[in-house]
Amino acid sequence: MKIDTALFDRIQRFDHAILTFIDDQGFPMSVATGFRADAKSKTLTLDLPGGAAARPRDGQLIAVAFSHIQPQQGIGYNERRYVEVKGTARLGDGTVQVTPTRAHGWDENELSFFELCERAVPTGLAYMQKLSAERGREVKPRLAWTWLFFRATRLPFLTATLVPVLLGIAVAAFQGVFDWGLALLTLLAAALVHLGLNVANDIFDHVTGADPTNVNPTPFSGGSRVIQYGLISLRGMIGLAALFYGLSAAIGLYLAWTRAFWPLVTIGVIGLFISVFYTAPPFRLVARGLGEVATALGFGPIMTLGAYYVQAQRFSWEAVYASIPVGILIALVLYVNEIADRQPDAQSGKHTLVVRLSRQAVVRGYALAASATYLLVVAGVAVGLLPWPTLLTLLSAPLAWQVYQGIQQGYESPYALMGPMAKNIQLHLATGLLLFAGYVVATVGSRLLG
Amino acid sequence: MGILPQAIEELLDTCLAAELTVVNERGEPVTYPLIPLYNGEKILMHSSVLFSKKLDHIKSNPAVSVSLSDPKAAPGLEPFRRATIQGEARVVEDDLHTGWEPLVLDRWAAKEPIIRDLLKQRVAMPLFWERSVIEITPRRAYLWPAGDTSQPPQVFDVQPEARR
Repeated sequence: MKIDTALFDRIQRFDHAILTFIDDQGFPMSVATGFRADAKSKTLTLDLPGGAAARPRDGQLIAVAFSHIQPQQGIGYNERRYVEVKGTARLGDGTVQVTPTRAHGWDENELSFFELCERAVPTGLAYMQKLSAERGREVKPRLAWTWLFFRATRLPFLTATLVPVLLGIAVAAFQGVFDWGLALLTLLAAALVHLGLNVANDIFDHVTGADPTNVNPTPFSGGSRVIQYGLISLRGMIGLAALFYGLSAAIGLYLAWTRAFWPLVTIGVIGLFISVFYTAPPFRLVARGLGEVATALGFGPIMTLGAYYVQAQRFSWEAVYASIPVGILIALVLYVNEIADRQPDAQSGKHTLVVRLSRQAVVRGYALAASATYLLVVAGVAVGLLPWPTLLTLLSAPLAWQVYQGIQQGYESPYALMGPMAKNIQLHLATGLLLFAGYVVATVGSRLLG
Repeated sequence: MGILPQAIEELLDTCLAAELTVVNERGEPVTYPLIPLYNGEKILMHSSVLFSKKLDHIKSNPAVSVSLSDPKAAPGLEPFRRATIQGEARVVEDDLHTGWEPLVLDRWAAKEPIIRDLLKQRVAMPLFWERSVIEITPRRAYLWPAGDTSQPPQVFDVQPEARR
């Protein structure tokens, strides 16, 4: 903190000061007292405490602390802020004067506690490394393995896979083809590719510096942070990604061998390419502003068509068309999450679409893309490409409006964007499941009507 | 009934925040706002490894003071009073992950109830929950019964062995 007028303004918001110094026995002494802060002369004047034990010597180095909290019954407290300044004591007539030479502090209204913690991660890890050296055994942060798996894989994001795969299966079922076993295997293979992608994304964002420089991570952006927190090593994450990709490849090859070899291998290879080179060099699709397109393709037509092909063993324009709204919405999940990450992304050379566009263009882009989602469904029904019950998807439109308003209002704060980011994920899931439900209704209806 | 005067024990039991002052490597005082807890014999504070500088300072120089100064942080305590306790601190951190829980969690949650809910979600901030306990043995206590520090304090030398 600078010793300036702002510091004195900040100090004047406190009710009392705590004068501290080292006493004759070598113990710190700290005593509350009244004060006046004069920004013009950059001087603090403290009321001299009573009793020799509570008074510093003239010319002694002192520190003056200011601290504030607001109790909240049944919760704890909030509005935490403190300042500490240091300088040399000048004893006067009933006063102690000090002209601060150093100052530091924190105000949670200016720097959130989450960000304060994030900025302190290197300090925490260094402390644990020091303990490790002292004890001759590794001291590191821990999490129960279930939570660690949940965090490292970003498990909740699997909805992005669930939706397009279910949709592909539903389109096939609507056309009269459905096999439970194949459906489950397809879902499992797609989920494993997605988990591999999430882990690989963390690996490359760690190596390129995008995640380490991000001090505003949220549950929806900034990666899983298991590497940055020392919870899993880089090597461990590489092993995990290889495991997920290996298992998905094995299931994928089985499905290809038993259903339609070259078409499914082609779809699988394209999916794998997008998954790996989304963040990996030399392509780093996300850094070239192609992240949204790659995501839309991967979690839209590729997955839906793949799931459809496993069931029906043929190509379908209907499956491709039905997947486009879902693809747009998953790209919008990425797009909104990138708003929160745009500063560290820019610093690490990850020139996402959001980094490249102005704020106004980003917000307008969201409105256009979200509107296109619903127009595509209406148009698809109008031309007979989609069954009319898929108009159920229009029910999710209010969510899209809420996200649009949320990003307009919270654009500058990663934490204010957490609500819109959560709603945006719900939008993708709700719209995708409504589209799926539309196909289920259409399938059941066509069976009942013969 | 613990080793400190009752007026100070009430303050320790009530205050949601206190100021821990430690001595840094240059011999200067450094102050940290922390929640004071008290078990009748020791003052207990705790710190995440994220904010571990104070722990390093204590390991280098165990002399500390705890100031109980803010009327707002002591809701319902009548009459308000102020106190400072000097003592020697040691850092307890055999198990950073869960070792602190039996030592401080119940008393911490009594003052900050939301902490139990946050602990259930430790996955969200894993390093915050890797914690050390600061155990302070009081040596001398200063009490300003009406909170007016322009008056000389009452001074109490604390001798745990004699009072137990």
